[in-house]
Amino acid sequence: MAESLEALFHGFAVAMSLKNILFMLVGILLGVLIGVLPGLGGANGVAILLPLTFSMPPTSAIIMLSCIYWGALFGGAITSVLFNIPGEPWSVATTFDGYPMARDGRAGEALTAAFTSSFVGAFIAVVVLTFLAPLVAQFALQFGPPEFFAVQFLTFCSFVGMSKEPPFKTLASMMIGFALAAVGLDTVTGQLRMTFGIYEIIRGFDFLIAVIGLFGIGEILLTMEEGLSFKGASAKINARVVWQTWKKLPKYWATSIRGALVGCWMGITPGGATPASFMSYGLAKRFSKDGPQFGTGKIEGVVAPETAAHAAGTSALLPMLTLGIPGSPTAAVLLGGLLIWGLQPGPLLFVEQKEFVWGLIASIYLGNIVGLLIVLTTVPWWAAILRIPFSIIGPAIVVVCAIGAYTVHNAMLDVALMLFFGVVGYAFKKLNYPLAPLVLALVLGDMAESAFRQSMIISRGSLSAFWANGLVGSIMALALALLFWPLIVQAKNSLLPKRA
Amino acid sequence: MEAESEQGGASQKAVDLFVAAAIMALAALVMYDSQRLGAKWASDGPQAGYFPFYVGLIMFVSAGATFLLALRPKASDRIFVDRQQFRSVLAIFVPSAVYIALIYLLGIYIASAIFLAFFMRVHGGYGPAMIAPVALGMPVFLFVLFEMWFLVPLPKGPVESLLGF
Repeated sequence: MAESLEALFHGFAVAMSLKNILFMLVGILLGVLIGVLPGLGGANGVAILLPLTFSMPPTSAIIMLSCIYWGALFGGAITSVLFNIPGEPWSVATTFDGYPMARDGRAGEALTAAFTSSFVGAFIAVVVLTFLAPLVAQFALQFGPPEFFAVQFLTFCSFVGMSKEPPFKTLASMMIGFALAAVGLDTVTGQLRMTFGIYEIIRGFDFLIAVIGLFGIGEILLTMEEGLSFKGASAKINARVVWQTWKKLPKYWATSIRGALVGCWMGITPGGATPASFMSYGLAKRFSKDGPQFGTGKIEGVVAPETAAHAAGTSALLPMLTLGIPGSPTAAVLLGGLLIWGLQPGPLLFVEQKEFVWGLIASIYLGNIVGLLIVLTTVPWWAAILRIPFSIIGPAIVVVCAIGAYTVHNAMLDVALMLFFGVVGYAFKKLNYPLAPLVLALVLGDMAESAFRQSMIISRGSLSAFWANGLVGSIMALALALLFWPLIVQAKNSLLPKRA
Repeated sequence: MEAESEQGGASQKAVDLFVAAAIMALAALVMYDSQRLGAKWASDGPQAGYFPFYVGLIMFVSAGATFLLALRPKASDRIFVDRQQFRSVLAIFVPSAVYIALIYLLGIYIASAIFLAFFMRVHGGYGPAMIAPVALGMPVFLFVLFEMWFLVPLPKGPVESLLGF
């Protein structure tokens, strides 16, 4: 504990340098912009900007990129409340009560509640991160290849068990990710896999291209289909509204804490911010005495999803830093960044790259304080950006995505691939194939495969490696339970009515 | 992918079946290629196709299950996309595809200017006074940002080389 605090203070010293604070500001502003604009979100926004950071020092780079992520989390709430259009999937639940509040002329109150709850959620999550991450990393130091594979297996199984989408579609989407990750040169045997004689794909599929296409172009196609007409409520926030809302908020402390806990749990196990926000909203509705009036503009209905979404977004960094397993697509992109900057994520990061890890954690504290102040003071500007017609914003976003895809490898083929992934993203979204497992499998594919191969070599080709000791065995058992969770629930449901 | 049927557009069911079949085909391809590389156990460990083969197998089975579930009569017969919506989607998809082809020919800056101008004219109905600053301003801003500040070269075409870049 004391050790964590000491390391954290050292981290503050790193994050507080003038240059890093500047990067923080730039990151937050870009992030809010990305969160507000349709088609650009945390994951693909960070993916597009990643190539610009290749030459930066890793600590500054991650501070800027993670601040983009916090900014995007804040920004998603603005469009939800003012325009009833969730800028990000995790702010869908915020529209339920946020937009009715704005229609009643309480936009300022709704936004203040949303931003403040986001901040509270992030703050609780980063405290959890500060004290839990070193322990997890310490524990993970004793992991061998079978344990690492088991943890990755657990990650993927929990997707199948926890997601709202049909389990077979989740599995199929995940396997497409793994298959795409396997394309190209196999680093162990040196053989070419699934390249079919095409020279350009020896390098393999880059997940950044997939992220930009699936989330960016796919979202633009969906937005076009819905026929955009922004009809927004006007946003007026002044110090008085903020102060009055802050006086009301402590009443909802139970909702906040519940939301933050749901968020932390869903962020660490890769449920992600979106299901966390829905779950927290649902719980708040069930436990609140105003439950039946949810959806008509209750401030509690804004507090619950925002706290959970931001807590999940923040705590998704915990498994990424300690185990090298990202808890969300955006964390996956940040993980890709670590690899590009030459840092190996995993438990050793806490031993070998102390300055980087604690600089990042300290920057989360600072970034969220700065973020809260920025969004509270600049809301009218962002609302004005949303009034720019889609016939200008739409093509501009396509241009930005194309540039982002090109700069990853300076390859034109990637730009064409991005468009293809865009069509896939559009079709998958409409058919309820989840995209997050595909992206995570694409990122983790190589690591999962090599952990699997090493385990199999240790055990000479027998799957018993995954039951060899209590630790790996219990992780595997938990994973299998999550994998078959939909079946277990179904069996329970079909048995119970018969008894009744 | 979004084939239109006679009336209101493609049905959810048809597209669901089509996508599941496409994934099954992809899975078959993955398994075929892994088999070619060897998906067994060699003297020094698993062969190159070992892991991908099982990935392909799980993909095939889960897409197959999705296909069968979609075949059920009670499966949804909602419309996947109606004509009006499909037209809106094409309205940005086709220009985007042309834009990417233009990047090959003209470089990204000129292509972006054409793309922005086209979209603002056709879908926004703007006049030249509004189009010119946006369609020219954004590429110039990007040029300064990437080529000058961040020193990241983007694809350039004949016009830029005429200007000496």
